Amino acid sequence: MSFSIKKNAEVVVVDVEGQLIVGNRQELKQKVLDELEKGEKKFLIDFSQTGYIDSSGLGVLVSLSKKIREQGGELRLANLNDDLQTLFELTKLDTLFQISDTRERALESF
Amino acid sequence: MAETRVAFDLQIPSDVEYIEGVVELARQRCRELKISPAKCSLNIPVALSEALSNAILRGNEATGGKLVRIRAIISDTDLVFEVVDDGPGFDLEECTQDCTTDENLTKEEGRGLFLMRQLMDRVESFRDKGNVVRLTLHRE
Repeated sequence: MSFSIKKNAEVVVVDVEGQLIVGNRQELKQKVLDELEKGEKKFLIDFSQTGYIDSSGLGVLVSLSKKIREQGGELRLANLNDDLQTLFELTKLDTLFQISDTRERALESF
Repeated sequence: MAETRVAFDLQIPSDVEYIEGVVELARQRCRELKISPAKCSLNIPVALSEALSNAILRGNEATGGKLVRIRAIISDTDLVFEVVDDGPGFDLEECTQDCTTDENLTKEEGRGLFLMRQLMDRVESFRDKGNVVRLTLHRE
């Protein structure tokens, strides 16, 4: 499991490879907060290579969304597979995040 | 009475780094049993991950030396996972929050028990030589 960060125009794109769970959520949080501290405002997390997410992983996304908004930025999500979509619907987090079905659509939406 | 067998029975240290390995073992067993793909990729990994994380972080307070026991039991109709820690236990009803209310939706924590109960057919918590959380999922 790992997180890779790339810059696409003005958007910081984070790929979550593997699981986003209690054991690695802090690593994701820190990577995004480091970019926020550098002055980045637009963030996209892409889940196309993600297995499953637990409640800690969901919690980190909620926390990052708040912190990014507080700095006047935006966090968007892309490429949830059917299982992840179900997870977001069960927890109603699909109503809290702007979610796109492809990375391209998400990038266009900023 | 339905015939049951133990698919695995193991103990791990109270460290969250061990969760992924246990979950992968459970997924493998479930795939071998031809459990539906959605249950193998969503219900079982997430619910088991939550139970293990609660046992390690809350039950055993991530204390080195304390172990968490995990047993997977299979019958013709059900898959059962039992996660046992050394903690005092908890009241499942009292501790489960509805994380979908306006008040709770934006909170960072409080989704674990809710997800377990949404993704499993039955969740029980009781004491039997430790604090046991039992997750039951119907195979069909």
